[in-house]
Amino acid sequence: MGRKILFITTDQQRYDALGCNGGQIARTPVIDELARTGIVYDRAHPQNVVCMPSRSTMLTGQHVSTHGVWMNGVPLANDAPSIASDLRRSGYRTALIGKAHFEPFIDPFLRFAENRIGSGGLETELSIGEDGLPAPHRGFEHFSLATHGGTGPFHYARWLREKNPAAAAMFFQVLDQQLQVNAAGGGETNAPQVKHNDIQRELYHTEWVADQTINWLSSLPADADWFCWMSFPDPHHPWDPPKSELGRVNWRDLDVPRGYIEDATERERVLDSKPRHWRMWYDGTFVSNYEAPSKWVPKTLTADNVREVNAMAHIENELIDEAIGRVMTSITARGWGDDLDVLYTTDHGELQGDYGLLFKGPYHVDSLMRLPLIWRPAKSANVAPARVAAPVGLVSLASTFASIAGLQRPDYTESERLPLNDDDARLLGHERVLTEWDSVLFGKIVGARTICRDGWVCTAMLPGTVHDGTEGELYDLANDPLQRNNLWSSSQHVAQRDALLDDMWSSLPTRVLPLRACDAPV
Amino acid sequence: MGSVRRHVQIDRDPDTVWKLVGDLARQHDWFPLTTCRVEGKKRWITLPSGIVFEEDIITHDHSLRRFQYRIVGNPAITSHLGTCDVLDDGHGGSIVVYSTDMEPEALALVIAGAAGEGLHKLKTMMEAA
Repeated sequence: MGRKILFITTDQQRYDALGCNGGQIARTPVIDELARTGIVYDRAHPQNVVCMPSRSTMLTGQHVSTHGVWMNGVPLANDAPSIASDLRRSGYRTALIGKAHFEPFIDPFLRFAENRIGSGGLETELSIGEDGLPAPHRGFEHFSLATHGGTGPFHYARWLREKNPAAAAMFFQVLDQQLQVNAAGGGETNAPQVKHNDIQRELYHTEWVADQTINWLSSLPADADWFCWMSFPDPHHPWDPPKSELGRVNWRDLDVPRGYIEDATERERVLDSKPRHWRMWYDGTFVSNYEAPSKWVPKTLTADNVREVNAMAHIENELIDEAIGRVMTSITARGWGDDLDVLYTTDHGELQGDYGLLFKGPYHVDSLMRLPLIWRPAKSANVAPARVAAPVGLVSLASTFASIAGLQRPDYTESERLPLNDDDARLLGHERVLTEWDSVLFGKIVGARTICRDGWVCTAMLPGTVHDGTEGELYDLANDPLQRNNLWSSSQHVAQRDALLDDMWSSLPTRVLPLRACDAPV
Repeated sequence: MGSVRRHVQIDRDPDTVWKLVGDLARQHDWFPLTTCRVEGKKRWITLPSGIVFEEDIITHDHSLRRFQYRIVGNPAITSHLGTCDVLDDGHGGSIVVYSTDMEPEALALVIAGAAGEGLHKLKTMMEAA
């Protein structure tokens, strides 16, 4: 028997959401215990700050320019490499439970396997893999799919309809009548995408994902090796946890988060020091991407809105922690505890009030890029707990899974496995982490490339609709942890900036052309 | 308004390509649809998800090799014009262009995606024949 792999992801979660990373609000004892006994990465970045590109990087071990999923709505090629396929071929049982999102959600033509599998109530579907042979889609023999509410073509929505036909309508309606991300407000402060959800906790998707994981693991023989990707849709907006749980965190008791600048004059000064799309979005004059409500103007966000959104996210994070606890208990009961590796992360962060903004977009700062990432190696591997300061990326996950399973690093991957500590990081060459952004939304084009190394984050804005290629951002993370002092144009930092840019351009993989088509908004 | 366009080059002459593209009751042979039903200037198409769109046929011009249609009777779709042209590529082959102008604009991307898949299948079918 080999090591089992439980890969836990959340969606749109900040580094500081967890107690082990300094979070003071949500109680996350289960994840904190994984951190205490495992390896915590304090500078882990995604390779893109929206879902589909980032998740494609996790599965393929490739940067965005290579796997080609440059924005939500661009499907990952069916024959793209998948670490789940490698693990399955080596004898692992494989499942993905919860949110997949390698393929677009809005799909009335049912062109994409995830939507066919979900709407048909299937376990999987055969696709032609990268080796040209039919195999379970992306290497997963079992899918139980969910997304952020009770509608859509997924297993969770089908299950929910059977349990309570009225339940789907209790969630916040993610899209409005024009199929735009819904700008409606709710809760007690009329905060966007907030709703008091009447759904019973046991019917909420967080509980369902944990239950489905427990059920699938229960179906496996005791001597099975397995890779289970347990993918929670929360704390991604909409922020609509079960109303029964609202007493966990009262928004009125919260301070505004450190990243929120209460003084509007100072907030706007900070925004004006960044590339122009920041202020344009804040003012509602330029919406670059589909992921934020186009009819909502961030400038209208109030401090109470920020408190309420944060309270909702903290509640959702507590529910996730408790759900993970249930899964861990069931795994221990199966006798797999000593051979279990757990990896915990998310696909990207959330602005959550920082700079007076919510949601996500071409904003390469810690709010969206600094992620929780924890690897709790199997006890049988005898790996010492550590905190790693070296920059790492989600691009290392596929190599890490291969390493755990005793496989050679797949040729298609573009990064070494995650390091066990900072010495190991040096040996493996974890010097920098790269993040890419490209969006094209009906003629509005934005591109950004970012490098983080040696305590600096440097972003170059590519020529596009509002940028001419001369703008960018440069932050000293040690002295400016909230990234409010953009040094891009500082004469004292030109050499630093240019050295970072040189390293970034020489380290980015060559973009695979032609670009894959965007087949849906999300 | 969402305005999108997809195209494909096909190594078959435009009249041959138009024989299939211009047969509006057979669009499901190459486009990701389940069925097409034509009655006079009306067409109904069924998507694989079971959704049925009612369409007005605006242009069906064999000499121009152009087909235009509007999705109607769907309260979620406030404006739509779809256009499919089969053009001579000047080298004995064809260029098929599929355009969509639509509100809600988000749905234009979805139809463009389906058109892209359909055009790819059309090229495969035509060049194999």
